[in-house]
Amino acid sequence: MATKSLQKSGSDLANSNRQIEILSNGIFKSGELPTFKAKISETNQFPLKAKKLEILQINVGYMCNQVCDHCHVDAGPDRKEIMTRDTMKQCLEVIKNSGAHTLDLTGGAPEMNPDFRWFVEEAAKVGIKDFIVRSNLTIIRANKKYYDLPEFFKKHNVHVVSSMPHWTRGKTDKQRGDGVFDKSIKALQELNAVGYGMPDSNLKLDLVYNPSGAFLPGDQMSMEKDFKKALLEDFGIQFHNLFAITNLPIARFLDYLIASENYEDYMYQLVEAYNPSAVANVMCTNTLSISWNGYLYDCDFNQMLELPVNSKAKHISEFNEELLEGRNIVISQHCYGCTAGAGSSCQGVVA
Amino acid sequence: MSKPYYDSADLRKFGNITEWSEELGNKFFDYYGKVFEEGALTAREKSLIALAVSHTEQCPYCIDAYTKDTLQRGVTKEEMMEAIHVGAAIKSGATLVHGVQMMNKVNKLDG
Repeated sequence: MATKSLQKSGSDLANSNRQIEILSNGIFKSGELPTFKAKISETNQFPLKAKKLEILQINVGYMCNQVCDHCHVDAGPDRKEIMTRDTMKQCLEVIKNSGAHTLDLTGGAPEMNPDFRWFVEEAAKVGIKDFIVRSNLTIIRANKKYYDLPEFFKKHNVHVVSSMPHWTRGKTDKQRGDGVFDKSIKALQELNAVGYGMPDSNLKLDLVYNPSGAFLPGDQMSMEKDFKKALLEDFGIQFHNLFAITNLPIARFLDYLIASENYEDYMYQLVEAYNPSAVANVMCTNTLSISWNGYLYDCDFNQMLELPVNSKAKHISEFNEELLEGRNIVISQHCYGCTAGAGSSCQGVVA
Repeated sequence: MSKPYYDSADLRKFGNITEWSEELGNKFFDYYGKVFEEGALTAREKSLIALAVSHTEQCPYCIDAYTKDTLQRGVTKEEMMEAIHVGAAIKSGATLVHGVQMMNKVNKLDG
């Protein structure tokens, strides 16, 4: 179990160029992978183009109370990158003036940004259709100052999307650290207690499942059925949807794949599961990812690899919806992760 | 160091068996795919059966494939090991039950 971020531990994988070099050149004993560009060209889907903007995903900082083994953000308590109120104000202007209907706050643990509540309150006034906060659940139980988060979320009609690796303690704690399962269960019960996740409730509570190791997620619908049955029977917990997400081979998950000698097999798994019909709906085509310091990316993964948007508008202060629409999406080998099987995005499967 | 007889990378080439006998290969894979679809049994249950049989057949490729498949379906380590014990119980039971044939023969030959 990791205790520090790659950045803090001085790993060469903290360097995005090093990650791209590994992804691009491979380190295979046998054969080589086709490029993602070649693969999508087979079905005339290159270049991948951005469609109309629907979702603004804002990463308000990489600080987190957890150090999960798979984290593609390399988040942790030692990460100090945090969005300032000034940058948040620029984001609010964009939210008001763009056609995006969904606002998706992520991190790290977004709740750890000191201006998080201010931002939620201001953003809630703008009248966005779906206002998502990606919560790791344990933050709700981490410290007294967060205990009222369920009520705060309810007050602003926030759509809570929470990570939950498995319905058993062993698999959850293995990925996220000792004690995470029990705290997550308690947090889910508290969210249920204020009305989140109930079948007839408008207070949306969705869970995110991503595998604990070097394998792909199973069928989302079957997994949701298993999660719902186990969490209800064992803990009386209810939730709405389960999003099954594929781990992308970047940052700490890439580090794990290489250290455990699973990298080659995992990349082949992704390529063998490549589904051309998933390409049309990958999240980068209708989403814009904004980093803690206001730079624009096609997705959260490109943000971590420091691959900025291919547009004249590169920063939130230069936001121009017309300029960004139709841009060529920046791709690399990690994109196989979003097109494997039924496809993967922050909203679950895409095909 | 000598090359091991089995190469795990060969599992990726399984589909290539159709190259030398396309019709029969395709018929096999059609059948195989159909068997593992959701039916009266869930795909999860079928995967656990396949994992147990992989062990009784002692097929390293199948063990790799269905270990991964069961993990993908959220199966826990405890469930996986219990499935293998079911396979092992049948395998040892099948050996032992033939002991009755041996006993019959002994009784016939040696009263």
